[in-house]
Amino acid sequence: MRLLRRIWQLLVAFFLGRRLKQPVQPSGAPPAPAPPFDPSKREVRNSPRAERAVAALLWVGAACAVVFAIRYVVAGRDTQLLGLTIGLCFAFLAAAAVVAGKFVVPQETAVEERDQLLREQEVEEVGQLVDEGAEGISRRKLLGAAGVAAGATVGAALVVPAASIGPAIDHRVSETPWFPGRRLVDAKGKPYRPEDIEIGTFYTALPQDADPDDLGSSLVVVKLPQNTLRLPKGRETWAPQGVLAYSKVCPHAGCAVSLYRYPLYQPTSAKPAFTCPCHYSTFDPAAGGKLLFGPAGRALPQLPLMVDAEGYLAAQRDFPEDVGPSWLLTKRNPKGPAK
Amino acid sequence: MATHKAQPEGAGEVIRWTVRWLDERVGTSPGIKKALRYVFPDHWSFMLGEIALYSFVVLVATGIFLTFFYEPSSATVTYHGGYAPLRGLTMSRAYESVVDLSFSVPAGLLIRQTHHWAANVFLVAIVLHLMRIFFTGAFRKPRDINYYIGLTMLTLAVVEGYVGYSLVDDLLSGQGLAIGYSTAMSLPVVGGPLAFLLWGGEFPGADSFFTRLLIIHALIIPVTLAALITVHLTIIVRQHHSQFPGPGRTERNTVGTPMWPAYALRSIGLLFAVTSVLFLLGGLIQINPIWEWGPFDTFLSTNGAQPDWYLGWLIGALRLMPAWEPHIGNVTLVPTPFWGGVLFPLAVFGFLYLWPTMERRFTGDQLRHDLLDRPRDNPVRTATGAAFATWVSAAFFAGSTDRVFLQLGISYEGQVWFWRIGGWLLPLVVYWLVKRICVELARTEVHPLRGWAGSVVTVPAAEGSGYAAVEERTPGPDEVA
Repeated sequence: MRLLRRIWQLLVAFFLGRRLKQPVQPSGAPPAPAPPFDPSKREVRNSPRAERAVAALLWVGAACAVVFAIRYVVAGRDTQLLGLTIGLCFAFLAAAAVVAGKFVVPQETAVEERDQLLREQEVEEVGQLVDEGAEGISRRKLLGAAGVAAGATVGAALVVPAASIGPAIDHRVSETPWFPGRRLVDAKGKPYRPEDIEIGTFYTALPQDADPDDLGSSLVVVKLPQNTLRLPKGRETWAPQGVLAYSKVCPHAGCAVSLYRYPLYQPTSAKPAFTCPCHYSTFDPAAGGKLLFGPAGRALPQLPLMVDAEGYLAAQRDFPEDVGPSWLLTKRNPKGPAK
Repeated sequence: MATHKAQPEGAGEVIRWTVRWLDERVGTSPGIKKALRYVFPDHWSFMLGEIALYSFVVLVATGIFLTFFYEPSSATVTYHGGYAPLRGLTMSRAYESVVDLSFSVPAGLLIRQTHHWAANVFLVAIVLHLMRIFFTGAFRKPRDINYYIGLTMLTLAVVEGYVGYSLVDDLLSGQGLAIGYSTAMSLPVVGGPLAFLLWGGEFPGADSFFTRLLIIHALIIPVTLAALITVHLTIIVRQHHSQFPGPGRTERNTVGTPMWPAYALRSIGLLFAVTSVLFLLGGLIQINPIWEWGPFDTFLSTNGAQPDWYLGWLIGALRLMPAWEPHIGNVTLVPTPFWGGVLFPLAVFGFLYLWPTMERRFTGDQLRHDLLDRPRDNPVRTATGAAFATWVSAAFFAGSTDRVFLQLGISYEGQVWFWRIGGWLLPLVVYWLVKRICVELARTEVHPLRGWAGSVVTVPAAEGSGYAAVEERTPGPDEVA
């Protein structure tokens, strides 16, 4: 109750800007000198009841431990019961320790003096001891410089083998499994035909007979009505029958772009978009992967598609730009969609 | 030491025999006597660090159990185990070993979930402990050294948690690793080579990648943490605990409960209580059900997924940053993940590491402080800390925009814009509000949480009042409210 009243007073004081009833000491008047106060005290508890309670708690805790062990032998995979019994076991032990600490053993408030940490004289003595080690040496600077040089060089040399833990980054980071004529297949290896791709749905496609986990491999494939396409210049042939393929790896932070927004009601819904679920970079499939929202620094790379002689979807050629997250030498597409 | 019994028997005899045995060899009695009489101040907020310590104990114990079952192998296997929905799927052996641990090893799931909960509690306790240290001025000399060590442990703990759940190679952690790889790549100039070095090649990395993660998670970081904890505690014992001002408490002493017996029992009680809560959480409340996420492939991801809470601020910062990627032709100067994934945490930890120096610079206060400030005593510091926490929290909340979108239907873009602006405005509002509250509290002497109104604290404390701050303490300009 007192607590509530105080909180209330505080709120009133804060919002109405009024002072509370407590008188503030008039400035200028010295505070009354307090008597020297020694907070030390020691109180010996004598509570058989508390002792019995501690013993009981310990016994119950031990019983829980036994139940835990039995449960483990009888049904080791019963996670809930195992957790409950061992958790209760420790809860009873905790209660026993706290009750013992508060009501069984002597209660004591003690005063301990702090050490003085800094003594100027000792600093001086250490300095002198170190200085004495250099007595009689004439070329201190020369030795010092040589020592520092040797230390730094040896240290650097020891770090060099760390380069063994990984290959140097090179052109391979730009390579993808895509080459002219390589087919797009689903996760089970079945090749896609353009007729398989329905408007309003998105498909994940992988290169036939290639490592699906290569960052250059995976694609998101959608079909859009041809008249809605606004692809950048030079990409007129990249979307046979309105089928578009983009790298599935977000050029921001490398997550798979696995959300597809398709307008349920054309006049009012937002236009079609791919969204990466990690940081919500949003790309426009109709406009060559242009960034609509979010932190990605590049457009989503588009793969030029064609329909091969047997009627399957295949790559016209490799991506004309790098896929995956950016680094110093990421190859960009100068003809890509404007931001 | 006065002995009350002429002829000790039973336990007393064993203890004397042991101490004698030790003294004959290493002379331990003076140290033990000091340790038994070491005084702990009585304030609940001093338990936060202990909770972190005891969570670490549980983490080590459960973690050792887990290493006996985890296989850091990226070899592809087809699952034929006991969990029907995953049967026939291809996955890494690492993921399979954790699924097996969860479903086939008796008590395996209990230990795994307890470990995961303990990691979350560990970081909560560290962050609350950091707040206690910050807002009460416990980072001032001589404790600045321990504050830096603590911040370093916080950094390591965040990395440790991230590496730990990344070991599993489930869909969620795979996404986390993709972000980690891209963030490493985003370091200007050195990013590409560095990421290739760490991952042993292009993401998802060399076959040895999970072995590397395991060595980092189960050896390098925990051993470093254990060493830093030892140093942290040794320094505390050398300096003694800080304490709040109060009757009989000065800059020169500590007043409170001695280690033996009352405090030892209370602290052991806390150890058991922490262990109890963690086991209850691990047994009763599901965490990270990896069989529901499924195995990771670079072409898979899931929506509405959240990292563990202590990474929420980073994923939020990555989302809030604009798509700014300065480049000249095919030379990318700064890839976008740098802003949220590198610059933001550098700014956050930079502020925290530099604060003691900044405060010394602003106040000119170079003195040793063993008495704590109550937050109201230093309105500028308290308001700055609260504003800073708000700034980081804005990024944190931006990390859950997808959950809010899925559950409440509030547009994602709208939330991001809200936090982009609110992240800068709210700290200003909080600064003003908190400073006002502090000044008001200091003036009215109301303590909302406790009966004792602490009338001794108003600075400057009178010389020889027997309470706070005697000759050493000069109030800084910002302390005079």
